[in-house]
Amino acid sequence: MNKGSCRAGEALIRFSKVDLSFSDRKILEAIDLEIMRGEIVCLVGPSGCGKTTALRIATGLLAPTGGGVAFDGAPILGPRRDVAIVFQDYGKALLPWRTAAGNVSLALEAVGTPRAERAARIDALLAKVGLPHHADKYPSQMSGGMQQRLQIARCLAQEPAALMMDEPFGALDAMTRQELQDEMLQIVRTTGATVLFVTHDLEEAIYVGDRVIGLLPHPGRIGIELKIDLPRPRDQIATREDPEFLRLRRELYEFIKSAER
Amino acid sequence: MRLDGRAFVLPVCLIILAEIGARAGGPSDSIAPPSEVLVAFVGALADGSLLLATRDTLASAFGGLAIGGAIGLALGILLGSVGALNRLMEVTLELIRPIPSVALAPVALVALGFGYRLEIAIVAYASTWPVLLLTRSAVAGVEPRLIEVAQALRLSFPARVAKIIVPAALPRIFVAFRLAAGFALIVAVTIEIAINPLGLGAGLMTAGQALRPELMLAYLLWIGIVGFALNILLVFAQQRLFGRAALVGDIR
Ligand SMILES: Nc1ncnc2c1ncn2[C@@H]1O[C@H](COP(=O)(O)OP(=O)(O)O)[C@@H](O)[C@H]1O
Ligand SMILES: [Mg+2]
Repeated sequence: MNKGSCRAGEALIRFSKVDLSFSDRKILEAIDLEIMRGEIVCLVGPSGCGKTTALRIATGLLAPTGGGVAFDGAPILGPRRDVAIVFQDYGKALLPWRTAAGNVSLALEAVGTPRAERAARIDALLAKVGLPHHADKYPSQMSGGMQQRLQIARCLAQEPAALMMDEPFGALDAMTRQELQDEMLQIVRTTGATVLFVTHDLEEAIYVGDRVIGLLPHPGRIGIELKIDLPRPRDQIATREDPEFLRLRRELYEFIKSAER
Repeated sequence: MRLDGRAFVLPVCLIILAEIGARAGGPSDSIAPPSEVLVAFVGALADGSLLLATRDTLASAFGGLAIGGAIGLALGILLGSVGALNRLMEVTLELIRPIPSVALAPVALVALGFGYRLEIAIVAYASTWPVLLLTRSAVAGVEPRLIEVAQALRLSFPARVAKIIVPAALPRIFVAFRLAAGFALIVAVTIEIAINPLGLGAGLMTAGQALRPELMLAYLLWIGIVGFALNILLVFAQQRLFGRAALVGDIR
């Protein structure tokens, strides 16, 4: 059993009848979705179907035009420090004039960590994401994978109850992507964070998720919901060869193919 | 800025031609041979009058730049980061902006009288604009993702300005100040020529009225040198301060 249902019954994030229109165009329609505490929910769907928009609504960066999203029972009115956002374009989300340590420090400064405690926290966070010897490097001196690790370290500095990830590994090469998937799952397991994970990679969604939600386009609405009961910890080879994985993959591919039509 | 030896060929030829031309034409009230200009220049340098005038002009120019730059920077950051405020102020600013700084001179004269204060006030007005407009566009052009990072971390407005907006816009803000410094010098000299009896502009006018073209041209030459030196200094400072930041800013 996955841990989402182990701590069942408690939704951390709840979308209720969320609608969103930009001017006259309906982007999202009647989204009802509950994300349980500690659960990893993946959002997939054809490009332009509203995945990023849904994630931005859940973070409070964007207000829905109808319905609402509640976090821990309270309506979301704006971004919260206990909800961290991992942007896909890490190159734009990092401060180019600050070193790796300085970028992590930004989040510590925001949450009000005393100056004296910051250095030790920064070291611990950089070590956690596998960048222990890169504190003094600038983002421009780091590879894409390192930059995304750094962004994750900055998000972890917020000690988030929830991580919102928008195609976080989409721009990385296959090897780095798999490494980061495993590191992310490892980190999430130790922190118990709840995760909303947007991806266009169906296998990635099944690999990391407890549940996969597929959106239909024009307007974006929920078209499929798959429970992923693959054993954890997941393994890049064994999990991906599991007959259940292959069955889920086929089901999701068929859904996406019909959604794109 | 890199100077090639060949860049000096043309000016040197022109100077020689001017020397020949001015001597051939006989005594004049408006032009003088370069050799006499040089003598007048050394004389004005030696008796301290040129340096005194330079001090007055630069003090007014920098005083005005400091005040105008501070106002322009504050307004530029505010208007660039608060869209609603920018729309509210747009018409007002566009109405004030076309007023040429020199046109303010008579008004400022009535209010402030002759002297530094008059000149500083007008230079401040003139240098507010380039700093305001360029800072506003630099701030409005800060990577939107960084603004979202600031929102996600719930940074207060002052923290957002200090930690995100100003560092991100700094290379372009410095360019704004560089341009404004050039403006400030031009406006200061203009005001001195038009009405204010101090500094290099006044020195230039006095020499002209005293029918000393060689001294007038010496002042002109010196004003050019001061402006050139100021620009070189600022370009150098920009490269030293923002070499890395400017580079990073370009790539993104
Ligand atoms: N700020 C915006 N203004 C108008 N339309 C937008 C805006 N942001 C996104 N859209 C539109 O909303 C739709 C969904 O976008 P998005 O959520 O980014 O899709 P996805 O992440 O699934 O690819 C797209 O058709 C896009 O053009
Ligand atoms: Mg997207």
